[in-house]
Amino acid sequence: MKATWWKVLAIALLAYTLIAGLLADVPRLPILNETIRALYFHVAMWFAMLAMLTVGIVYSIKYLRNGRLEDDDMSLEFTNAAILFGVIGIATGSLWARFTWGAYWTNDPKLNAAAIGLLMYFAYLILRNSLTDIFQRAKISAVYSIFAYAAFIPLIFILPRLTDSLHPGNGGNPGFNAYDMDSQLRIVFYPAVIGWSLLGTWVTTIRVRYRRLERKMEEKMINQ
Amino acid sequence: MLRYFINTLYLCHQMLDEIIALVKKEATLEWRQKYALNGILLYVISTVYITYLSIGVKGGTVQIPTWNALYWIIILFSAVNAVAKSFIQENSGRQLYYYMIASPESIIISKILYNTCLTLVLSLLGYLVFSVVMGNPVQDQPMFLLNLLLTSIGFSSCLTMVSSIAGKAGNNGTLMAILSFPILIPILLLAIQISKNAIDGLDRGVSLDKIITLLAINGVIAATSYLLFPFIWKS
Repeated sequence: MKATWWKVLAIALLAYTLIAGLLADVPRLPILNETIRALYFHVAMWFAMLAMLTVGIVYSIKYLRNGRLEDDDMSLEFTNAAILFGVIGIATGSLWARFTWGAYWTNDPKLNAAAIGLLMYFAYLILRNSLTDIFQRAKISAVYSIFAYAAFIPLIFILPRLTDSLHPGNGGNPGFNAYDMDSQLRIVFYPAVIGWSLLGTWVTTIRVRYRRLERKMEEKMINQ
Repeated sequence: MLRYFINTLYLCHQMLDEIIALVKKEATLEWRQKYALNGILLYVISTVYITYLSIGVKGGTVQIPTWNALYWIIILFSAVNAVAKSFIQENSGRQLYYYMIASPESIIISKILYNTCLTLVLSLLGYLVFSVVMGNPVQDQPMFLLNLLLTSIGFSSCLTMVSSIAGKAGNNGTLMAILSFPILIPILLLAIQISKNAIDGLDRGVSLDKIITLLAINGVIAATSYLLFPFIWKS
Protein backbone atom coordinates (compact mmCIF):
# COMPACT_ATOMS: atom_id res chain seq x y z
CA MET A 1 0.00 0.00 0.00
CA LYS A 2 2.95 2.30 0.63
CA ALA A 3 4.44 1.92 -2.85
CA THR A 4 4.75 5.31 -4.49
CA TRP A 5 5.04 4.52 -8.18
CA TRP A 6 1.31 4.40 -8.79
CA LYS A 7 0.75 7.68 -7.00
CA VAL A 8 3.27 9.30 -9.33
CA LEU A 9 1.48 7.59 -12.20
CA ALA A 10 -1.85 8.96 -10.97
CA ILE A 11 -0.50 12.52 -10.84
CA ALA A 12 1.09 12.15 -14.26
CA LEU A 13 -2.05 10.72 -15.84
CA LEU A 14 -4.30 13.38 -14.31
CA ALA A 15 -1.94 16.15 -15.35
CA TYR A 16 -2.02 14.71 -18.85
CA THR A 17 -5.81 14.50 -18.70
CA LEU A 18 -6.12 18.13 -17.63
CA ILE A 19 -3.69 19.50 -20.17
CA ALA A 20 -4.52 17.30 -23.14
CA GLY A 21 -8.19 17.20 -22.18
CA LEU A 22 -8.50 20.98 -22.27
CA LEU A 23 -6.05 21.79 -25.06
CA ALA A 24 -5.88 18.89 -27.51
CA ASP A 25 -7.86 18.83 -30.70
CA VAL A 26 -11.33 17.32 -30.51
CA PRO A 27 -13.74 16.43 -33.31
CA ARG A 28 -16.18 19.25 -34.09
CA LEU A 29 -19.72 17.97 -33.90
CA PRO A 30 -22.93 19.96 -34.08
CA ILE A 31 -24.49 20.86 -30.70
CA LEU A 32 -21.67 19.12 -28.78
CA ASN A 33 -18.89 21.44 -29.96
CA GLU A 34 -16.29 21.92 -27.26
CA THR A 35 -18.43 20.25 -24.59
CA ILE A 36 -17.29 16.91 -25.95
CA ARG A 37 -14.39 17.38 -23.55
CA ALA A 38 -16.83 16.44 -20.78
CA LEU A 39 -16.06 12.89 -21.83
CA TYR A 40 -12.76 13.07 -19.95
CA PHE A 41 -14.25 14.51 -16.79
CA HIS A 42 -17.84 13.29 -16.67
CA VAL A 43 -17.88 9.88 -18.33
CA ALA A 44 -14.59 8.96 -16.67
CA MET A 45 -16.25 9.59 -13.27
CA TRP A 46 -18.74 6.77 -13.88
CA PHE A 47 -16.04 4.38 -14.95
CA ALA A 48 -14.06 5.23 -11.83
CA MET A 49 -17.18 4.89 -9.67
CA LEU A 50 -17.91 1.42 -11.02
CA ALA A 51 -14.30 0.38 -10.50
CA MET A 52 -14.38 1.62 -6.88
CA LEU A 53 -17.71 -0.12 -6.21
CA THR A 54 -16.49 -3.39 -7.64
CA VAL A 55 -13.37 -3.34 -5.50
CA GLY A 56 -15.55 -2.48 -2.50
CA ILE A 57 -17.75 -5.50 -3.19
CA VAL A 58 -14.70 -7.74 -3.46
CA TYR A 59 -13.65 -6.60 0.01
CA SER A 60 -17.20 -7.13 1.32
CA ILE A 61 -17.11 -10.72 0.11
CA LYS A 62 -13.68 -11.13 1.68
CA TYR A 63 -15.05 -9.84 4.97
CA LEU A 64 -17.94 -12.31 4.91
CA ARG A 65 -15.45 -15.11 4.25
CA ASN A 66 -12.93 -14.46 6.98
CA GLY A 67 -14.36 -11.74 9.23
CA ARG A 68 -11.35 -9.42 9.46
CA LEU A 69 -12.23 -5.82 10.24
CA GLU A 70 -9.47 -4.60 7.89
CA ASP A 71 -11.50 -5.82 4.93
CA ASP A 72 -14.53 -3.98 6.23
CA ASP A 73 -12.52 -0.74 6.39
CA MET A 74 -11.42 -1.21 2.81
CA SER A 75 -14.93 -1.95 1.57
CA LEU A 76 -16.42 1.05 3.39
CA GLU A 77 -13.81 3.48 2.11
CA PHE A 78 -13.95 2.21 -1.45
CA THR A 79 -17.72 2.64 -1.35
CA ASN A 80 -17.26 6.15 0.04
CA ALA A 81 -14.91 6.99 -2.83
CA ALA A 82 -17.47 5.57 -5.27
CA ILE A 83 -20.16 7.79 -3.75
CA LEU A 84 -17.88 10.82 -4.14
CA PHE A 85 -17.30 10.01 -7.82
CA GLY A 86 -21.02 9.42 -8.26
CA VAL A 87 -21.93 12.82 -6.81
CA ILE A 88 -19.33 14.57 -8.98
CA GLY A 89 -20.53 12.55 -11.97
CA ILE A 90 -24.12 13.67 -11.46
CA ALA A 91 -23.10 17.30 -10.93
CA THR A 92 -20.89 17.45 -14.03
CA GLY A 93 -23.42 15.56 -16.12
CA SER A 94 -26.18 17.88 -15.05
CA LEU A 95 -24.16 20.96 -16.01
CA TRP A 96 -23.29 19.43 -19.34
CA ALA A 97 -26.90 18.47 -20.01
CA ARG A 98 -27.99 22.08 -19.38
CA PHE A 99 -25.97 23.25 -22.38
CA THR A 100 -26.51 20.35 -24.76
CA TRP A 101 -29.88 18.82 -23.95
CA GLY A 102 -31.33 22.05 -22.63
CA ALA A 103 -32.17 21.10 -19.06
CA TYR A 104 -30.35 20.25 -15.86
CA TRP A 105 -32.33 17.07 -15.47
CA THR A 106 -33.98 15.03 -18.19
CA ASN A 107 -36.09 11.93 -17.80
CA ASP A 108 -33.37 9.68 -19.12
CA PRO A 109 -33.02 6.09 -17.85
CA LYS A 110 -29.30 6.47 -17.25
CA LEU A 111 -29.77 9.59 -15.17
CA ASN A 112 -32.46 7.93 -13.14
CA ALA A 113 -30.37 4.81 -12.68
CA ALA A 114 -27.44 6.89 -11.49
CA ALA A 115 -29.63 8.76 -9.02
CA ILE A 116 -31.11 5.50 -7.74
CA GLY A 117 -27.65 4.02 -7.39
CA LEU A 118 -26.65 6.95 -5.21
CA LEU A 119 -29.82 6.49 -3.13
CA MET A 120 -28.81 2.86 -2.56
CA TYR A 121 -25.39 3.79 -1.31
CA PHE A 122 -26.64 6.65 0.88
CA ALA A 123 -28.99 4.08 2.40
CA TYR A 124 -25.94 1.88 2.94
CA LEU A 125 -24.26 4.66 4.93
CA ILE A 126 -27.39 5.20 7.03
CA LEU A 127 -27.64 1.46 7.69
CA ARG A 128 -24.03 1.45 8.86
CA ASN A 129 -24.60 4.29 11.26
CA SER A 130 -27.71 2.71 12.72
CA LEU A 131 -25.78 -0.33 13.93
CA THR A 132 -23.62 0.03 17.01
CA ASP A 133 -21.74 -3.24 17.42
CA ILE A 134 -18.73 -3.09 15.06
CA PHE A 135 -18.76 -6.73 14.00
CA GLN A 136 -22.50 -6.73 13.47
CA ARG A 137 -22.18 -3.47 11.54
CA ALA A 138 -19.45 -4.85 9.31
CA LYS A 139 -21.32 -8.05 8.55
CA ILE A 140 -24.73 -6.55 7.88
CA SER A 141 -23.46 -3.70 5.78
CA ALA A 142 -21.35 -6.14 3.76
CA VAL A 143 -24.47 -8.19 3.08
CA TYR A 144 -26.45 -5.10 2.09
CA SER A 145 -23.75 -3.75 -0.20
CA ILE A 146 -23.51 -7.05 -2.08
CA PHE A 147 -27.30 -7.19 -2.34
CA ALA A 148 -27.47 -3.61 -3.60
CA TYR A 149 -24.72 -4.24 -6.13
CA ALA A 150 -26.66 -7.22 -7.50
CA ALA A 151 -29.64 -4.93 -8.06
CA PHE A 152 -27.58 -1.96 -9.31
CA ILE A 153 -25.87 -3.79 -12.17
CA PRO A 154 -29.07 -4.72 -14.07
CA LEU A 155 -30.34 -1.22 -13.36
CA ILE A 156 -27.50 0.53 -15.17
CA PHE A 157 -26.52 -2.07 -17.75
CA ILE A 158 -29.73 -3.77 -18.82
CA LEU A 159 -32.72 -1.48 -18.26
CA PRO A 160 -31.41 1.56 -20.19
CA ARG A 161 -30.87 -0.67 -23.21
CA LEU A 162 -34.54 -1.66 -23.19
CA THR A 163 -35.83 1.90 -23.30
CA ASP A 164 -34.91 4.99 -25.21
CA SER A 165 -32.07 7.02 -23.90
CA LEU A 166 -30.15 10.07 -24.96
CA HIS A 167 -26.92 8.32 -24.04
CA PRO A 168 -24.97 6.39 -26.67
CA GLY A 169 -25.44 2.62 -26.72
CA ASN A 170 -29.10 2.71 -25.69
CA GLY A 171 -32.46 2.28 -27.31
CA GLY A 172 -31.02 1.30 -30.66
CA ASN A 173 -28.33 3.98 -30.69
CA PRO A 174 -24.94 2.68 -31.71
CA GLY A 175 -22.82 1.38 -28.84
CA PHE A 176 -20.08 3.32 -27.16
CA ASN A 177 -17.29 1.96 -29.34
CA ALA A 178 -19.05 2.21 -32.63
CA TYR A 179 -19.94 5.80 -31.73
CA ASP A 180 -17.84 8.65 -33.00
CA MET A 181 -15.32 7.92 -30.29
CA ASP A 182 -12.35 8.49 -32.57
CA SER A 183 -8.75 7.80 -31.71
CA GLN A 184 -8.14 11.44 -30.75
CA LEU A 185 -10.62 11.07 -27.91
CA ARG A 186 -9.45 7.61 -26.95
CA ILE A 187 -5.86 8.59 -26.29
CA VAL A 188 -7.05 10.97 -23.59
CA PHE A 189 -10.11 9.05 -22.37
CA TYR A 190 -8.48 5.77 -21.34
CA PRO A 191 -5.62 7.42 -19.42
CA ALA A 192 -8.24 9.66 -17.78
CA VAL A 193 -10.23 6.66 -16.54
CA ILE A 194 -7.11 5.02 -15.12
CA GLY A 195 -5.94 8.31 -13.60
CA TRP A 196 -9.23 9.03 -11.83
CA SER A 197 -9.45 5.43 -10.57
CA LEU A 198 -5.93 5.65 -9.17
CA LEU A 199 -6.78 8.95 -7.49
CA GLY A 200 -9.81 7.29 -5.92
CA THR A 201 -7.65 4.44 -4.67
CA TRP A 202 -5.19 6.94 -3.22
CA VAL A 203 -7.91 8.79 -1.32
CA THR A 204 -9.22 5.44 -0.11
CA THR A 205 -5.88 4.22 1.20
CA ILE A 206 -5.34 7.44 3.12
CA ARG A 207 -8.76 7.20 4.71
CA VAL A 208 -8.26 3.53 5.55
CA ARG A 209 -4.95 4.30 7.25
CA TYR A 210 -6.58 7.12 9.20
CA ARG A 211 -9.38 4.78 10.28
CA ARG A 212 -6.94 2.12 11.44
CA LEU A 213 -4.87 4.66 13.40
CA GLU A 214 -8.05 5.92 15.02
CA ARG A 215 -8.95 2.38 16.08
CA LYS A 216 -5.45 1.84 17.49
CA MET A 217 -5.69 5.07 19.49
CA GLU A 218 -9.05 4.01 20.87
CA GLU A 219 -7.71 0.65 21.93
CA LYS A 220 -4.77 2.34 23.62
CA MET A 221 -7.10 4.67 25.53
CA ILE A 222 -9.23 1.74 26.67
CA ASN A 223 -6.24 -0.36 27.74
CA GLN A 224 -4.63 2.40 29.75
CA MET B 1 -21.86 -41.45 -8.32
CA LEU B 2 -25.31 -42.93 -7.84
CA ARG B 3 -24.81 -42.85 -4.12
CA TYR B 4 -23.93 -39.18 -4.29
CA PHE B 5 -27.00 -38.51 -6.39
CA ILE B 6 -29.28 -40.34 -3.98
CA ASN B 7 -27.76 -38.46 -1.07
CA THR B 8 -28.40 -35.12 -2.74
CA LEU B 9 -31.93 -36.15 -3.54
CA TYR B 10 -32.48 -37.15 0.06
CA LEU B 11 -31.16 -33.78 1.29
CA CYS B 12 -33.40 -31.92 -1.15
CA HIS B 13 -36.34 -33.95 0.04
CA GLN B 14 -35.55 -33.14 3.65
CA MET B 15 -35.24 -29.45 2.81
CA LEU B 16 -38.53 -29.54 0.96
CA ASP B 17 -40.22 -31.06 4.01
CA GLU B 18 -38.70 -28.33 6.16
CA ILE B 19 -39.84 -25.62 3.77
CA ILE B 20 -43.39 -26.96 3.66
CA ALA B 21 -43.54 -27.17 7.45
CA LEU B 22 -42.23 -23.60 7.77
CA VAL B 23 -44.68 -22.18 5.24
CA LYS B 24 -47.50 -23.93 7.10
CA LYS B 25 -46.23 -22.43 10.35
CA GLU B 26 -46.20 -18.93 8.83
CA ALA B 27 -49.75 -19.36 7.58
CA THR B 28 -50.96 -20.71 10.93
CA LEU B 29 -49.32 -17.89 12.82
CA GLU B 30 -50.87 -15.36 10.50
CA TRP B 31 -54.26 -17.00 10.90
CA ARG B 32 -54.00 -16.92 14.68
CA GLN B 33 -53.18 -13.23 14.75
CA LYS B 34 -55.76 -12.17 12.24
CA TYR B 35 -55.39 -8.52 13.08
CA ALA B 36 -52.09 -8.26 11.19
CA LEU B 37 -53.48 -9.76 8.02
CA ASN B 38 -56.75 -7.86 8.25
CA GLY B 39 -54.82 -4.71 9.03
CA ILE B 40 -52.78 -4.92 5.87
CA LEU B 41 -55.84 -5.75 3.78
CA LEU B 42 -57.63 -2.76 5.20
CA TYR B 43 -54.50 -0.69 4.52
CA VAL B 44 -54.78 -1.51 0.81
CA ILE B 45 -58.46 -0.70 0.66
CA SER B 46 -58.21 2.58 2.50
CA THR B 47 -55.18 3.70 0.48
CA VAL B 48 -57.03 3.02 -2.74
CA TYR B 49 -60.01 4.94 -1.42
CA ILE B 50 -57.86 7.89 -0.35
CA THR B 51 -56.29 8.05 -3.81
CA TYR B 52 -59.72 7.90 -5.34
CA LEU B 53 -60.96 10.77 -3.21
CA SER B 54 -57.82 12.88 -3.68
CA ILE B 55 -58.05 12.65 -7.41
CA GLY B 56 -61.74 13.38 -7.23
CA VAL B 57 -62.56 11.31 -10.27
CA LYS B 58 -65.91 9.90 -11.08
CA GLY B 59 -65.54 6.26 -12.16
CA GLY B 60 -63.17 5.66 -15.05
CA THR B 61 -62.18 9.13 -16.12
CA VAL B 62 -58.62 8.89 -14.81
CA GLN B 63 -55.94 8.72 -17.50
CA ILE B 64 -54.40 5.32 -18.13
CA PRO B 65 -50.79 6.19 -17.22
CA THR B 66 -52.05 7.76 -13.99
CA TRP B 67 -54.14 4.70 -13.21
CA ASN B 68 -51.11 2.49 -13.77
CA ALA B 69 -48.71 4.60 -11.72
CA LEU B 70 -51.14 4.99 -8.81
CA TYR B 71 -51.90 1.27 -8.74
CA TRP B 72 -48.22 0.31 -8.59
CA ILE B 73 -47.34 2.89 -5.98
CA ILE B 74 -50.12 1.60 -3.76
CA ILE B 75 -48.97 -2.00 -4.26
CA LEU B 76 -45.38 -0.98 -3.52
CA PHE B 77 -46.25 0.67 -0.23
CA SER B 78 -48.59 -2.10 0.87
CA ALA B 79 -46.01 -4.76 0.04
CA VAL B 80 -43.32 -2.93 2.03
CA ASN B 81 -45.65 -2.68 5.01
CA ALA B 82 -46.82 -6.27 4.73
CA VAL B 83 -43.39 -7.85 4.46
CA ALA B 84 -41.66 -5.53 6.94
CA LYS B 85 -43.07 -7.47 9.86
CA SER B 86 -41.81 -10.86 8.70
CA PHE B 87 -38.83 -10.79 11.04
CA ILE B 88 -40.21 -8.90 14.00
CA GLN B 89 -43.42 -10.83 14.48
CA GLU B 90 -41.56 -13.54 16.35
CA ASN B 91 -39.62 -12.91 19.54
CA SER B 92 -35.93 -13.69 19.80
CA GLY B 93 -36.46 -16.86 21.84
CA ARG B 94 -38.56 -18.38 19.13
CA GLN B 95 -36.05 -17.31 16.50
CA LEU B 96 -33.34 -19.14 18.43
CA TYR B 97 -35.55 -22.23 18.35
CA TYR B 98 -35.88 -22.04 14.55
CA TYR B 99 -32.17 -21.45 14.35
CA MET B 100 -31.61 -24.80 16.01
CA ILE B 101 -34.12 -26.88 14.12
CA ALA B 102 -34.04 -25.50 10.56
CA SER B 103 -31.36 -24.51 8.09
CA PRO B 104 -31.20 -20.82 7.10
CA GLU B 105 -31.75 -21.74 3.46
CA SER B 106 -35.11 -23.34 4.16
CA ILE B 107 -36.09 -20.42 6.36
CA ILE B 108 -35.44 -17.81 3.68
CA ILE B 109 -37.12 -19.90 0.96
CA SER B 110 -40.19 -20.49 3.09
CA LYS B 111 -40.43 -16.81 4.03
CA ILE B 112 -40.07 -15.78 0.40
CA LEU B 113 -42.78 -18.26 -0.67
CA TYR B 114 -45.12 -17.13 2.05
CA ASN B 115 -44.52 -13.44 1.35
CA THR B 116 -45.07 -14.04 -2.36
CA CYS B 117 -48.52 -15.41 -1.58
CA LEU B 118 -49.20 -12.49 0.74
CA THR B 119 -48.08 -9.88 -1.83
CA LEU B 120 -50.09 -11.62 -4.53
CA VAL B 121 -53.21 -11.54 -2.38
CA LEU B 122 -52.60 -7.87 -1.65
CA SER B 123 -52.12 -6.95 -5.29
CA LEU B 124 -55.20 -8.92 -6.36
CA LEU B 125 -57.26 -7.23 -3.69
CA GLY B 126 -55.83 -3.87 -4.70
CA TYR B 127 -56.67 -4.64 -8.32
CA LEU B 128 -60.23 -5.56 -7.39
CA VAL B 129 -60.87 -2.43 -5.34
CA PHE B 130 -59.14 -0.28 -7.92
CA SER B 131 -61.32 -1.72 -10.67
CA VAL B 132 -64.45 -1.07 -8.65
CA VAL B 133 -63.78 2.55 -7.74
CA MET B 134 -61.66 3.78 -10.63
CA GLY B 135 -62.76 1.55 -13.48
CA ASN B 136 -60.84 -1.26 -15.12
CA PRO B 137 -59.05 -0.24 -18.31
CA VAL B 138 -57.09 -3.51 -18.65
CA GLN B 139 -57.56 -5.17 -22.04
CA ASP B 140 -55.23 -8.15 -21.69
CA GLN B 141 -56.21 -9.73 -18.36
CA PRO B 142 -54.00 -12.89 -18.41
CA MET B 143 -50.93 -10.77 -19.15
CA PHE B 144 -51.76 -8.35 -16.35
CA LEU B 145 -52.21 -11.20 -13.87
CA LEU B 146 -48.99 -12.92 -14.97
CA ASN B 147 -47.23 -9.61 -14.44
CA LEU B 148 -48.75 -9.38 -10.95
CA LEU B 149 -47.45 -12.86 -10.12
CA LEU B 150 -43.91 -12.16 -11.35
CA THR B 151 -43.76 -8.83 -9.57
CA SER B 152 -44.97 -10.42 -6.34
CA ILE B 153 -42.12 -12.91 -6.52
CA GLY B 154 -39.60 -10.11 -7.11
CA PHE B 155 -41.02 -7.83 -4.40
CA SER B 156 -41.18 -10.57 -1.82
CA SER B 157 -37.67 -11.92 -2.42
CA CYS B 158 -36.22 -8.44 -2.19
CA LEU B 159 -38.33 -7.29 0.74
CA THR B 160 -37.84 -10.46 2.78
CA MET B 161 -34.08 -10.03 2.58
CA VAL B 162 -34.23 -6.32 3.34
CA SER B 163 -36.55 -6.90 6.28
CA SER B 164 -34.09 -9.37 7.74
CA ILE B 165 -31.37 -6.71 7.39
CA ALA B 166 -33.56 -4.00 8.88
CA GLY B 167 -34.55 -6.40 11.65
CA LYS B 168 -30.92 -6.56 12.76
CA ALA B 169 -30.72 -2.78 12.81
CA GLY B 170 -33.47 -2.09 15.30
CA ASN B 171 -36.18 -2.39 12.68
CA ASN B 172 -37.66 1.00 12.13
CA GLY B 173 -39.94 1.70 9.22
CA THR B 174 -37.74 4.40 7.72
CA LEU B 175 -34.78 2.08 7.41
CA MET B 176 -36.91 -0.58 5.76
CA ALA B 177 -38.18 1.94 3.22
CA ILE B 178 -34.86 3.56 2.33
CA LEU B 179 -33.09 0.22 2.04
CA SER B 180 -35.72 -1.43 -0.12
CA PHE B 181 -36.99 1.31 -2.44
CA PRO B 182 -33.85 1.73 -4.56
CA ILE B 183 -33.51 -2.04 -4.92
CA LEU B 184 -37.16 -2.44 -5.86
CA ILE B 185 -37.04 0.22 -8.55
CA PRO B 186 -35.77 -2.01 -11.41
CA ILE B 187 -38.58 -4.49 -10.71
CA LEU B 188 -41.13 -1.72 -10.35
CA LEU B 189 -40.11 -0.02 -13.61
CA LEU B 190 -40.40 -3.26 -15.59
CA ALA B 191 -43.71 -4.08 -13.93
CA ILE B 192 -45.11 -0.67 -14.83
CA GLN B 193 -44.01 -1.01 -18.44
CA ILE B 194 -45.44 -4.52 -18.81
CA SER B 195 -48.70 -3.56 -17.18
CA LYS B 196 -48.97 -0.50 -19.43
CA ASN B 197 -48.67 -2.83 -22.42
CA ALA B 198 -51.26 -5.17 -20.92
CA ILE B 199 -53.65 -2.30 -20.28
CA ASP B 200 -53.33 -1.09 -23.85
CA GLY B 201 -53.83 -4.66 -25.04
CA LEU B 202 -50.68 -4.63 -27.16
CA ASP B 203 -49.44 -7.76 -28.87
CA ARG B 204 -47.84 -10.09 -26.31
CA GLY B 205 -44.60 -10.30 -28.28
CA VAL B 206 -43.95 -6.65 -27.33
CA SER B 207 -43.80 -7.49 -23.64
CA LEU B 208 -41.94 -10.76 -24.04
CA ASP B 209 -38.39 -9.49 -23.65
CA LYS B 210 -39.45 -7.34 -20.70
CA ILE B 211 -41.00 -10.35 -19.02
CA ILE B 212 -37.81 -12.31 -19.56
CA THR B 213 -35.78 -9.45 -18.07
CA LEU B 214 -38.13 -9.29 -15.09
CA LEU B 215 -37.70 -13.05 -14.59
CA ALA B 216 -33.93 -12.66 -14.79
CA ILE B 217 -33.89 -9.83 -12.22
CA ASN B 218 -36.12 -11.89 -9.93
CA GLY B 219 -33.68 -14.75 -10.32
CA VAL B 220 -30.67 -12.59 -9.50
CA ILE B 221 -32.33 -11.08 -6.43
CA ALA B 222 -33.67 -14.40 -5.14
CA ALA B 223 -30.29 -16.07 -5.64
CA THR B 224 -28.47 -13.25 -3.84
CA SER B 225 -30.92 -13.45 -0.93
CA TYR B 226 -30.45 -17.22 -0.77
CA LEU B 227 -26.67 -16.87 -0.67
CA LEU B 228 -26.50 -13.93 1.75
CA PHE B 229 -29.23 -14.79 4.22
CA PRO B 230 -27.17 -17.37 6.18
CA PHE B 231 -24.74 -14.57 7.14
CA ILE B 232 -27.55 -12.45 8.56
CA TRP B 233 -29.20 -15.38 10.28
CA LYS B 234 -26.03 -16.52 12.02
CA SER B 235 -25.31 -13.17 13.65
